[in-house]
Amino acid sequence: MITAEALGRHGLTAEEYERILSLLGREPNETELGLFSVMWSEHCSYKSSRKHLRTLPTEGPQVVEGPGENAGAVDVGDGLAAVFKIESHNHPSFIEPYQGAATGVGGILRDIFTMGARPIASLNSLRFGPLDAPGTRRLLEGVVAGIGGYGNAFGCPTVGGEVAFAPCYTGNPLVNAFCLGLVERERIFRGRAEGEGNPVVYVGAKTGRDGIHGATMASAEFGEGSEEKRPTVQVGDPFMEKVLLEACLEALATGAVVGIQDMGAAGLTCSSAEMASRAGSGIEIDLDRVPQREAGMTPYEIMLSESQERMLLVAARGREADVERVFHKWDLDAAVIGRVTADGRVRVRRGGRLEADVPVPALTDEAPVYDRPWTEPANPSAREDPLRDLSADDPGRALLDLLAAPNVASKRWVYRQYDTTVLANTVVGPGSDAAVVRIKGTRRALAISVDGNGRYCWLDPRAGARLAVAEACRNVVAAGGRPLGATNCLNFGSPEKPEVMGQLVAVIEGMGEACRALGVPITGGNVSLYNETDGKPIYPTPVLGVVGLIEDATRTLTSGFLEPGDGVVLLGETRADLGGSELLEVATGRVVGPPPALDLAAEKRLHELVLRAHEAGLLRSAHDLSDGGLAVALAECCLAREGDVELGGRFRLPAGLPGLVALFSESPSRMLVSTRDAAALLDLAARASVPAREIGAVGGERLSVEVPGDRGIDLPVAELRCAWTSLTRRLESGLLD
Amino acid sequence: MGVVTFPGSNCDRDTEHALTLCGARARLVWHKDRDLSGLDALVVSGGFSYGDYLRTGAIARFSPVMSALLEFAGRGGPVLGICNGFQILQEAGLLPGAMLRNRRVKFLSQDVHLRVERADSCASAGIPPGRVLRMPIAHGDGNFYLPEPELDRLEAAGQVVFRYVRADGQLDPEANPNGSLRAIAGVCNGAGNVVGLMPHPERAAEAILGSEDGRVVLEALLSFTAGLRQGRAATGAAR
Repeated sequence: MITAEALGRHGLTAEEYERILSLLGREPNETELGLFSVMWSEHCSYKSSRKHLRTLPTEGPQVVEGPGENAGAVDVGDGLAAVFKIESHNHPSFIEPYQGAATGVGGILRDIFTMGARPIASLNSLRFGPLDAPGTRRLLEGVVAGIGGYGNAFGCPTVGGEVAFAPCYTGNPLVNAFCLGLVERERIFRGRAEGEGNPVVYVGAKTGRDGIHGATMASAEFGEGSEEKRPTVQVGDPFMEKVLLEACLEALATGAVVGIQDMGAAGLTCSSAEMASRAGSGIEIDLDRVPQREAGMTPYEIMLSESQERMLLVAARGREADVERVFHKWDLDAAVIGRVTADGRVRVRRGGRLEADVPVPALTDEAPVYDRPWTEPANPSAREDPLRDLSADDPGRALLDLLAAPNVASKRWVYRQYDTTVLANTVVGPGSDAAVVRIKGTRRALAISVDGNGRYCWLDPRAGARLAVAEACRNVVAAGGRPLGATNCLNFGSPEKPEVMGQLVAVIEGMGEACRALGVPITGGNVSLYNETDGKPIYPTPVLGVVGLIEDATRTLTSGFLEPGDGVVLLGETRADLGGSELLEVATGRVVGPPPALDLAAEKRLHELVLRAHEAGLLRSAHDLSDGGLAVALAECCLAREGDVELGGRFRLPAGLPGLVALFSESPSRMLVSTRDAAALLDLAARASVPAREIGAVGGERLSVEVPGDRGIDLPVAELRCAWTSLTRRLESGLLD
Repeated sequence: MGVVTFPGSNCDRDTEHALTLCGARARLVWHKDRDLSGLDALVVSGGFSYGDYLRTGAIARFSPVMSALLEFAGRGGPVLGICNGFQILQEAGLLPGAMLRNRRVKFLSQDVHLRVERADSCASAGIPPGRVLRMPIAHGDGNFYLPEPELDRLEAAGQVVFRYVRADGQLDPEANPNGSLRAIAGVCNGAGNVVGLMPHPERAAEAILGSEDGRVVLEALLSFTAGLRQGRAATGAAR
């Protein structure tokens, strides 16, 4: 008998239970209720977001695999496909930062090699409360160590990402992990349980009691006592995963594998149900044959365990031995635990007894889809005047403050803990607009950027999402890459609140608009809801991972100034866009005003111009303008290069704009490039209808910016560097304790 | 040349790739293999063999390939250990010293400058002493340790092959990232045919990756190995 209390424990509503009764035609037993609970959790079913996610563009000639598989894939030439995805591990990372972040990396790596691809690049997007807020240091240290601990040992370089801080993330940090792998286009594997009678093979680590109901935990908000949920966080073993990677790729190469899926959220339940669902088949599992780490586990526990580093394979009948031989070579467990059936049911047996018997569609396609009530976002803060408390008395001081602000400052303390060079493909590592990894054996490289912007999205979710897509693409373009596709991680509060649901709807709309206009399909991703603590939701925070192709890896563009005498050209138009800006928050602590207006057609023109100018050999460097506007971008161009002698520049901005706007506005669709032939570049820009102006030249050891009719900036680059590296120096010497 | 793969090795393919770029015929050697015939140099590459659980390199040294490797090294065969490979060779007793956690107890991933200290080890053959090479490190346990009297003996015997220095070749505590005693980044055995270093030459073997200095080390291994081969041929001919 299922009680209301049992339903509550399983995160199921009374209506959902009614639906289970009608789908089953009877009462579920405890194990079956467990299966429904995890498969219908927000985390696995996307029940609140699915309706809206369907509106995102997912197609394009370059798309090899869209949403629905373990990861998306795009064609990158030379017969290869890039397989990539981003996923959240927010809730586990708050409860246990090291293991939460580590297993987040482990999970996304498995999603990639499940497709037959070898992971070659990891990135991440991290958000925490302010550094001086209680607990932030512990979370930051733990998360960074966890990401490094797992990725470094596994041997996939962490080549980039972002780290941001804002008060709303204090009780609910965001840990989004991105991974990209390469596979021969024709050898992509899919998670399908095809072929009646084919054996179902369990490989990898043994099953224990860890992580039971992790998916359900990730679908609820935090309140008092959440720290006690520690047992729902899994424990990672990167060594096991590395061995599993090698064994899986070797097993896939034998031709004996029909389908493969990793056991991530909801473990054996989700992998078996999804594999059967995609193939329209059924699956039978004998729990007695599942390798177990602990004695006396119940069917419920075995089916729901989220023990890490496990995979489910379907082998071709008669070729089990070929698969087993590979896994035994790597000293891994491989056990035939069941077979594929044709009757469309998941059947679970234990000691000959039928423990669960559920139609596959009931767990997957028939999971509830909600059209939750939502209200059009209308944040009153967005209507306030951002200029009210701002002054431009001392722009040099403002620039130094911005460079020292945690959101802008050098994150060397973070990425020095990540192995950034293993696999020997890293052309551009962390700290740049986009990370660049070459594709071994070809002339090409991939540019990857992971970006989000909580502030803008909080003020105006739709505008913020458009800006996030534009910035991620612009970063890829700044490296000389043409954007091919994107993956998204949507981090929000509780969808049961109409205002949060409204944010989600608006963000998906804005994201869809920008992706369509910029020609970048979304090939997959992840939704993380219920990011709330004590009823306070985070900023709506969509994070984009954009992948672009660089045709000639040796011609990768970087952001830093290279040589004295190079002309510097500002591309794009500067308007009075200080709403939600970094300057505003750093100088006044306020997050108000409308986010910058974005003209997607102008953004696209900028991308095309930069790619064309680079093709014509006109560009020496390129840097995106974002947080902190032109002043910060100029400083970063000086700071990117580390040499014995600093390299600055002298600039004079066009008349007509007040210094505050000219220097710190965050107008999108702008880029700062250096060139040896400014005239040719200006000519090309004019023909492409992109506003462009030569604002000065590289040289000297100072950054000097003259603003006609207003105060400018004139500072030694060494002083800028001192401000920009102050956070890293404090963290490295433990001075923040 | 053979590049040994342990479970958890993660630089074996990079090393094979870089050796091939340098003109070597390289292949991977599985840790359960005992037959090293046909190989005239071995590289024990980096990674986290057996997860580095217990202690770095501590379990790998019991792999079947290690007895063959010990015999190979004992016959004078050139063996290069990189990063985790260096740690494994220490655990196996082929190289002196032990690795402690990095000075600031954090994993360190960054470029370093190395100064070549002797020109006749298997990984520095023909490189003029004093030459400075730039390549990355990526390790958590690279803080070289030996008791002082033994360090003095090591120095006196000329077994220090590489030291962490500034770009201009000068010693500087700031240029020693992990706190290694005497800024030691690489050492060799008494005979010079076994070398270990913490930095990764295989990640600095192509201009596109930012440095080609790693080739200098790998090419030294090639020329050392070729020298041995010619020596053997000459002896054979004389007989």
